[in-house]
Amino acid sequence: MSETALHLDAARYTWGGDEFLFVEIAEGMSLAANFKANAMAAALGSRDLSGITDICPANASLLIRFNPDDLPPSALEEAVRGVEAEVAQMSQHTLQTRIIEVPVWYDDPYTRETGVRFRSGHQRPEGNDLDFAAEENNLASPAEFISRHHESPWLVSMVGFVAGLPFMFQIVPQEKQLEVPKYLSPRTDTPALTVGHGGCFACIYSVRGAGGYQMFGIAAAPIFDPAQRLSDFDDFMIFFKPGDIVKFKPVDEAEYREIQELVADGSFTYRQAPVVFDLERALAHPTEYNQEIMEHLNGH
Amino acid sequence: MAIRITEPGLATTVQDTGRPGYYHVGIPQGGSMDQLSAEMANALAGNTPAEAVLECTYIGPRFTTDADAVIAVAGAPVDVLVNGTPREQWTRLELAVGDEVSFGMIRAGTRYYIAVQGGIDVPVVLGSRSTYALGAMGGFEGRTLKASDTLDVGTAGSERHASAADFIDESLRPTFAKQITVRVMPGLYDHRLTEEGLDTLFSATWQLTPVADRTGLRYAGPSVSWKPRVQPFGAGSDPSNIVDAGYAIGSIQIPGGKEPIVLHRDAVSGGGYAMVATVISSDMDLLARSAPGTQTTFTPVTMEEALAARAEGKQIRSRIWGSAGQ
Repeated sequence: MSETALHLDAARYTWGGDEFLFVEIAEGMSLAANFKANAMAAALGSRDLSGITDICPANASLLIRFNPDDLPPSALEEAVRGVEAEVAQMSQHTLQTRIIEVPVWYDDPYTRETGVRFRSGHQRPEGNDLDFAAEENNLASPAEFISRHHESPWLVSMVGFVAGLPFMFQIVPQEKQLEVPKYLSPRTDTPALTVGHGGCFACIYSVRGAGGYQMFGIAAAPIFDPAQRLSDFDDFMIFFKPGDIVKFKPVDEAEYREIQELVADGSFTYRQAPVVFDLERALAHPTEYNQEIMEHLNGH
Repeated sequence: MAIRITEPGLATTVQDTGRPGYYHVGIPQGGSMDQLSAEMANALAGNTPAEAVLECTYIGPRFTTDADAVIAVAGAPVDVLVNGTPREQWTRLELAVGDEVSFGMIRAGTRYYIAVQGGIDVPVVLGSRSTYALGAMGGFEGRTLKASDTLDVGTAGSERHASAADFIDESLRPTFAKQITVRVMPGLYDHRLTEEGLDTLFSATWQLTPVADRTGLRYAGPSVSWKPRVQPFGAGSDPSNIVDAGYAIGSIQIPGGKEPIVLHRDAVSGGGYAMVATVISSDMDLLARSAPGTQTTFTPVTMEEALAARAEGKQIRSRIWGSAGQ
């Protein structure tokens, strides 16, 4: 079972100058590739090698920053290859993580207005990003796209681009993945907390700024809090970690405003529950497994 | 002691040696773009390399100090004025309380650094005083300076650092040329360019466009061809797209085969464009000094050559700090 779950060829190793080692796990995105990237990152981190400054697991790759004065490139490569071999021997593919409910106001006026401003850079100048996404996925309506978006959970497969931005991969078979091309020409503005989509990945823009993903809605609560005002940020200013599981919850304007008030008075907390994510089960029976992990949010 | 900003300049920020260790969550290393010039300013001001300095881009600030102070200005050539009187760069300047410091227009390059003895004392965030403006954190209130900002200066450096330099010899100073050759290590996704594409990257002369900031620098030049292929799942439709991955700082991406972008110290930490080479760590300062219009060639080197260049850079730095060494 474990062999089929992690049926991946050996990774490709290449240097990004004299301070970065790049390990491409697979060219294409899959849960298995992401699992391996995160497992390698964790195993390398636990070796606590001096000279490594950053271990950045990504969707289907791993980027490691090191100081070659302290750790020669050849020694680093040997260590990472060792970690790859160790991960290949893993018999259990489970991840101790958490499931988090993220309230989203879909088809909100903020992202809609931004979409209008950047329509000339869009594949489909008429309509909006949601209309385009529904068509691209052969769905009957934007409403159907929205339900597909929030009815199955997503795995945070990478954190980055800007501070705390999660890339998310939906835990569904490949033929059910929502795929939408990015904007032809990136926008220079995106509202903070925009829920976006590019390729097969969802994201939440942690800060206002440039972006090329299609925009479908706006999350109601912050995911990056440099002042660490909310209790979910007591430990760190960034909320998401690779391996987190996200369940989007559609909210209407009234609920969105209520959450905003809780955020303003500092009392908002995300609804979340611990969960053990089992890669084999997710791959073998995604529909049933998704129902099961979502039940954790209800205390089951 | 504090310095009071009367005019902020174009994009003046507090920077230091950077904030390593948080790239995995998208927070870039940041720090002074031209690390060597910033370090020289610190050496002249009697600091250690770690003190925070002001990074000035094109147009510098106008400021006064509320006590006698020692400062130094290093980096892009510029007229330094104290109460309107021209003073020297690359040397230590002693200010009396109330003196006003201002700057002329830079004559070349992009950035210069003001070090103040004791260092700019803003709160340390995740191990660094560097400004990360996009995340509105670090530095002075997470942003570029504004008029009327008052910046505290540390007291740790009230006595001159033992190894401080009085003057940076001209032979050690960086140059600010209109034509530069930048050493890069091919790799990452270079196999996805056609042979002609790779040849173009390394043989063409690239002109730095005005789209150049702390995040990255965009170059104009010929188009570069990618090998056609069936894109892997999740990668996006253009042959320059990959499944979103971590971006090496200094890496070169060529979206759509046009206008290469080199990521710099405030790099976005990842994205969906294939990188084809990476500027070696020793040449990142050189890139930071280049002004729009700079004619740039990227020349491939090996890891061994990159490591040798790194060792040379260390020697230069040890000469700045003199026999006391750093």
